[in-house]
Amino acid sequence: MFKWTKMEKRMMTLSVMIAALLATSQTAYAMHIMEGYLSAAHCIAWGAISIPFLVAGVISIRHTVQKQRRALILLAMSGAYIFVLSSLKIPSVTGSCSHMTGTGLSAIIFGPLATSVLGIIVLLFQAILLAHGGLTTLGANTFSMAIAGPIIAILLYKGGMKLKLNRKVCIFIAAALGDLFTYCVTSMQLAIAYPSEAGGVAASALKFLAVFAPTQLPLAIIEGILTVIIVMGMESFAAPELKEVGFIKEGN
Amino acid sequence: MSKDKKIVSILLIVVLLMVVVPVFALKGAEFGGSDDAGSQVITEIAGGDYEPWFTPIAETVIGGEIPGEIESLLFCVQTGIGVGIIAYAFGYLVARKKYSGKEQ
Repeated sequence: MFKWTKMEKRMMTLSVMIAALLATSQTAYAMHIMEGYLSAAHCIAWGAISIPFLVAGVISIRHTVQKQRRALILLAMSGAYIFVLSSLKIPSVTGSCSHMTGTGLSAIIFGPLATSVLGIIVLLFQAILLAHGGLTTLGANTFSMAIAGPIIAILLYKGGMKLKLNRKVCIFIAAALGDLFTYCVTSMQLAIAYPSEAGGVAASALKFLAVFAPTQLPLAIIEGILTVIIVMGMESFAAPELKEVGFIKEGN
Repeated sequence: MSKDKKIVSILLIVVLLMVVVPVFALKGAEFGGSDDAGSQVITEIAGGDYEPWFTPIAETVIGGEIPGEIESLLFCVQTGIGVGIIAYAFGYLVARKKYSGKEQ
């Protein structure tokens, strides 16, 4: 970790304060949630929670730009990877289509903070041009796809590496479960917004999960495999850059 | 390296099968988006038709839903941008390794 400048620290504190202020007053405890499907209060709360991550993400990317210029090509590739995977609608065993998130790759290489910024770029693109996801639900979608999923991914990757599992296995688990977790969070977000009359939030969450999870499971596996492939490619051809960001150790 | 190539080939075949098999196995399935399935559940839970309170900005501008063909065009643009960047980067990296001798 690099030393943060005073300005950066101040920005960070400010963003956390905004988040605390806006989020705690709500009772709030998703792919993409469609435009207009969350109440304004929920939209603001999820947006507020996402702000500190995005600010920290911008700072983290700035540091990469300043200190690890060679790694920029990897950052561009990770961002492009999210672009590609989240644009491909893949048929699944349930007879409906869904798309992957692609955030696992940049999460394990650059961490979840930088990933949150890459993710919101894609979400903005889709919300504005494609009417997919939405501007009002941007905060909620950012939280599920660009923050929660990547955090789980990096934790699983780090945990797996600590257990001395094969690196490819770790990458697969991290990317696949990160993708799946994104949908779990989406289900939770929708469930909080639409608790069912009978069983409350929990019953409603199960209902949404029942829709999303079976469709997403095969896609999560595909995302895991694709991420392993692209990391293998990077390891073969971009070893110096991967060493610079500390993804592989010197002398490996 | 040849071991890596083998792994990659096998993995790519698995991915291809996972994408293609559902289409053949589930003949006549609609393959609609799971996002839409999500809205159906909302309707079911909320009871009655839920009216979204905000319409997507693109739909407001053109005054209606984005035509299907245009939507796939835009999705293709997104894919194209991503693939372009990845292909450029890998091209650069592969050539660098090839021409830089054994330094790598």
